[in-house]
Amino acid sequence: MKELSELNLPEDVRYTKDHEWARRKGETFQIGITDFAQDQLGDIVFVELPEPGDVFQNGDEFGTVESVKAVSELFMPLGGEVATVNAALEDSPELVNNAPYTEGWMLEIAASDPSEFDQMMDREAYLEMLKGS
Amino acid sequence: MNESIGTRGLILNEPFLWERGRKGRSGYSLPRRDVDPAPLPEHLAGEGPDFPDLSEVEVVRHYTRLSTWNYGVDSGMYPLGSCTMKYNPKTNERQASLPGFAGAHPLVPSELCQGALQLIYELEHYLAHVAGLEAATVQPSAGAQGELTGMLIFSAYHRDRGKPRTKILIPDTAHGTNPASAALCGFKAVPVETGPDGVLLPEAVEALMDEDTAGIMVTNPNTLGLFETHIQAIAAIVHAKDGLVYADGANMNAVMGVVDFGRAGVDVLHINLHKTFSTPHGGGGPGSGPVCVGKRLAPFLPAPRVVKTGEGYLLSEDFPKSIGKLHAFYGNFGIMVRAYSYILSMGPKLKDVSQHAVLNANYIKELLKDVYHLPFDVPCMHECVFTDKFLEKHKVTTLDVAKRLIDYGFHPPTIYFPLVVHGAIMIEPTESESKETIDQFIATMRAIAQEAQEDPSLLQQAPHKPKVRRMDETAAARKPCLRG
Amino acid sequence: MRYLSHTPEDLAAMLQVVGVKDLEGLFRTIPEDCRRTAPLDLPEMTEWELNDHMARLADRMVSWADYKTFAGAGSYHHYIPEVTRSLLSRSEFVTAYTPYQPEISQGTLQGIFEYQTLVCRLLGMEVANASLYDGAMAVAEALLMAIRIGRRKKTVAVSTLVNPYYRKVVETYLAPTEFNVVWLPYRPDGTTDLSGLDAIADLAGVAVQSPNFLGGIEDLAAAGKAIHDRDAIFITCFSEPLAYGILKAPGALDADIVCGEGQSLGIPQSFGGPGLGVFAAKQQYVRNLPGRLVGQTVDADGKRGFVLTLSTREQHIRREKATSNICSNQSLCAMAAGMYMAALGGTGFRELAQLNHDKAEYLKSALQAAGLEIPFASTTFNEFVVKLPKGFDQKWQALLQKKILAGIPMVCYYPELADHYLFCVTETRSKDDMDALVKEVQA
Repeated sequence: MKELSELNLPEDVRYTKDHEWARRKGETFQIGITDFAQDQLGDIVFVELPEPGDVFQNGDEFGTVESVKAVSELFMPLGGEVATVNAALEDSPELVNNAPYTEGWMLEIAASDPSEFDQMMDREAYLEMLKGS
Repeated sequence: MNESIGTRGLILNEPFLWERGRKGRSGYSLPRRDVDPAPLPEHLAGEGPDFPDLSEVEVVRHYTRLSTWNYGVDSGMYPLGSCTMKYNPKTNERQASLPGFAGAHPLVPSELCQGALQLIYELEHYLAHVAGLEAATVQPSAGAQGELTGMLIFSAYHRDRGKPRTKILIPDTAHGTNPASAALCGFKAVPVETGPDGVLLPEAVEALMDEDTAGIMVTNPNTLGLFETHIQAIAAIVHAKDGLVYADGANMNAVMGVVDFGRAGVDVLHINLHKTFSTPHGGGGPGSGPVCVGKRLAPFLPAPRVVKTGEGYLLSEDFPKSIGKLHAFYGNFGIMVRAYSYILSMGPKLKDVSQHAVLNANYIKELLKDVYHLPFDVPCMHECVFTDKFLEKHKVTTLDVAKRLIDYGFHPPTIYFPLVVHGAIMIEPTESESKETIDQFIATMRAIAQEAQEDPSLLQQAPHKPKVRRMDETAAARKPCLRG
Repeated sequence: MRYLSHTPEDLAAMLQVVGVKDLEGLFRTIPEDCRRTAPLDLPEMTEWELNDHMARLADRMVSWADYKTFAGAGSYHHYIPEVTRSLLSRSEFVTAYTPYQPEISQGTLQGIFEYQTLVCRLLGMEVANASLYDGAMAVAEALLMAIRIGRRKKTVAVSTLVNPYYRKVVETYLAPTEFNVVWLPYRPDGTTDLSGLDAIADLAGVAVQSPNFLGGIEDLAAAGKAIHDRDAIFITCFSEPLAYGILKAPGALDADIVCGEGQSLGIPQSFGGPGLGVFAAKQQYVRNLPGRLVGQTVDADGKRGFVLTLSTREQHIRREKATSNICSNQSLCAMAAGMYMAALGGTGFRELAQLNHDKAEYLKSALQAAGLEIPFASTTFNEFVVKLPKGFDQKWQALLQKKILAGIPMVCYYPELADHYLFCVTETRSKDDMDALVKEVQA
């Protein structure tokens, strides 16, 4: 397990208490799980994602990530409609471990209320939360 | 013998079946053809399966070599917690292979299968007697199907009263099958937190039990190896709201001849013949998961049931409230023959079985608790749960201890279960082991704890002696290769 | 008692370590009001007495040992080669647990991996699991899997020519759920009538059996097309897998799930169990499969080896969201099936299947020549229905006295089929046996 100081927590994304992140990309938001989450899960062997067009509320479960002996649910940081999903994860789930904020992204969503993004934690707040846990 | 039983030996490699053989060989003697060939219509005819052709010798070598890569109860001590890996008596195999049993077609009229029907009838009677309940069914094929049977009975009971319910209480120490079986019956599992001493507290149940809750599923003794001492009070709370109490009898081996589950307030109990009643695990089955019930639930048991009449035994379908059928025929009859033989061989000495099993577990607990962290230092039943807490400082985990035991010739205990204990090492010696074997196991566990201090890498890299080393399970799951 | 080894001295020494004065003291945490009030009242036998007792029970059974049986209907008498019986009794296989510790379970693991492979080859499918309890449960699980795949669809359809006992188990599994089963009728030729499929809304999956319960071989190619046209999962099941020695494999006919009973593959009939729930599917559905799977991988030195894999589908991890509540499989029965298929080989399996078919055809023709009616025109494998004269039930009883089991009466499964009997002929019946049967039936 990584020490807190070893965690990669970029400034250009926002975070949730369930360890998802979101990044503004023009009209849509890109979503994935944090370095902390992937480190806790260990080797990820499968990512189950919704289909484009599926609609979620903020906080809904949208999929799962699996390691060899655990399954974790994924929760929507923002409500909206799924625009695209990262098809590369189907064959290479390890991208979530190796590059959680870049090639390991999970989906893009057209947010129904973009202001929800502003309510998410920034790097400082997320790190504080991790320190507390 | 002070020397470790784990040693080196000649292990032979063996390829896949299809990497052996040559087209046209055969390991089977076909009967002489005494009728003319009659070809199938062309549009239905296939080419036949692409199996390798092997001679009989090749088949024998293949499976004999494979067998030597396995560890069984016949090889040595198998202290796998919650699995009751006791000795599987040889006479049971003999009885199950009697041609009258092994060669019996299941659909002959009752008068032509009296032997099997009598056996089923008596086995159900014996199991209900040992449990302290009224009636039993041996139809479920395994513990999980026994649980499903129990949940179907819960569901049918509440529907019969005109008040279907939607929830079920399940303690956080439960096996994963409990919630999975309940979910199949449409029940939403409501977790109940275990108390600080490792047992359920009536207050916790009281707070959750309501009139939309079908009942509670309790494993007793529980998966921490402790008897649920408040079971009667808990049952009273559940019954007061017209709920039912299900006991998972996976750990029955601790309490035969001691506990009366009927008096304890249990309505439904499943038993594993492949645990408590000595039938072999077979590398993962076949098992058998009989279900015992109190009188008011007997009408809901699966049909057909064997009934005794003046003329002998009959298979009767006349149970209008029955939940129906779980198995194409009557369950895993071959396994029932073995369990029945075991019960007749032991008789009232089944109580000695539980006494010795509990003694062995407590003995191990006492002699290891100074070197392995014991989260609940109270008298245990037939298994004791340690953790790897004392080893953390050496960066040694439960998994490493388990793998190192293999080098010493022991099967590892159950690890990382129950989930509520971090790094659990769950040891169930069973009654089958002699004091010398148990002493050797204890000495080995102590030696491993010592090694963890002196040379942790020895454990982290273990096992060293088997044919293969630790497996890459991540690769197996990422790119599944499920056939050759 | 020979299964317990503690001497009084051992017990005393161990009790002292534990700190209780006698064995009863071990149970001091169990409240008085949960205890038995009377000792166990069970008979106890020596090994000699047990042998006598069991021999007496076994003697009160009809078995192939001394009866000429012409009965199948989901339980088949095939010869089990001694090599299979003998290898299967190796206690390293028999007395091992589920292979959770792969380093010391490679025998079971490779054996099951080979079983999965041979099942795939037999059925023409891409993945097979390590087995389920029996054919009936396999069909129920297949329907639940179709419902999972179909997400929001709530209805499944099942042919009435699926083994009636399997259908009963399906009813049990689906009873407490919100899902519906529609039963599909059969046509005069003894195959399933799929013409009503279009009228069924919300259809997640359809199950047919081939050879079906009347022995008839279904037109799986047409069934597959009709079912896929409805965007439903095509399930085909069986109770006699030997048929696939000569029939087209269901996988080649686009089946999505193929499942059934594998008892024919080297497993004793044993009054109906244990059997073997065979379960196979297309690769794309692998994460929806119920039950255990063995996968190939490598160890720390890069050496080939096997592990249980994709276990996140299963109850011990996913709990109430698991694909099934099943934990165990019928491992030893799957090993038996693997050994049986290995002993026969592709050539032997095909020859044996052909022989079963040919013998059944011989009996069918002989009965027809004797003036009896074969009411269903569909092609059959080793079972077929015969319509016998009214009142045959008495002769059927009389034949039992002569140690001949002359088929299974169909009227208890299909009320409209009074006087219809399902006959089965395997390689274990000789031409002489069949000639004798025809003579008796005619008399």
